[in-house]
Amino acid sequence: MKLNLLLILFIFFSKFSFAAEKTVDPNLIHKNLRCLVCQGQSISDSNSDFAQTIKLVVKDLIDEGKTEDEIYEFMSDKYGDWIVFKPQFNIQNSLLWILPYIALIFGGFFIFSFLKKRH
Amino acid sequence: MRKITKIIILFIFLFVIGIFYISLTRDTNYNTSSLVNKDTPEFKIISFDDENYFTRDDIKKNNYTLINFWASWCAPCRVEHPILMKLSKTKNLVILGINFKDKEPQAKTFLSELGNPYDLLAKDKNGKHSVKFGIYGIPESILINKELMIIQKFVGPLSVDDYNNIIKIIK
Repeated sequence: MKLNLLLILFIFFSKFSFAAEKTVDPNLIHKNLRCLVCQGQSISDSNSDFAQTIKLVVKDLIDEGKTEDEIYEFMSDKYGDWIVFKPQFNIQNSLLWILPYIALIFGGFFIFSFLKKRH
Repeated sequence: MRKITKIIILFIFLFVIGIFYISLTRDTNYNTSSLVNKDTPEFKIISFDDENYFTRDDIKKNNYTLINFWASWCAPCRVEHPILMKLSKTKNLVILGINFKDKEPQAKTFLSELGNPYDLLAKDKNGKHSVKFGIYGIPESILINKELMIIQKFVGPLSVDDYNNIIKIIK
């Protein structure tokens, strides 16, 4: 009985995790890719020839089993980081990612010191 | 404390000015710098007459290869065509033409009217191959050396300056 229960649980969870692994939402990827020939539109918003081609390629990459990050990496490799609305973390843009946190810490310290001084 | 505050305010001020300066002077147009000096991507593209496929092995034999994406419906392709015709007469260079999202009869008429500068002719019916080469509009051309490295990428129609540049490289 215990064995059966364990088996059912195993099948249920393995199926669940398998489904979770496989789900890559193409619409989400289209929304995060910039249409290079349009004015401020994403691939998802655009009906341009370029957008149509990118949608086909994204579909192919998903079918090949590529993950969302791998697809962004592929597109950045071909068109530069500009094609991705949310750029990947790398040495060139590390400052962009880290600076808000530094500003937050400095700001917090500044406010704390200011309030402490007033009291 | 006053000194620290002043330094922080100065730092924030310089940071904001810096961000504005970088954002305003940055070229947001697509540029080809991410592809130059990179390896030619793997590809297997069908020939224009549907008889065979072209791969990286076909361009490995050549000293230099110019991959040109073109279509009969593309007006700037007509503008650059005389340059391609001139390039087709040069030694050391093989031109691989990739007919992009085009109709075959129109493409054939285009070549019979203006001449065929291509040593190899392939077609990219749905444009998927163009993405491998970072193409976003045509005409675009890519110059590749024997080591299959992308030496230069030309966005838009080839100009006389581009022609001179290519001649200088392939000499």
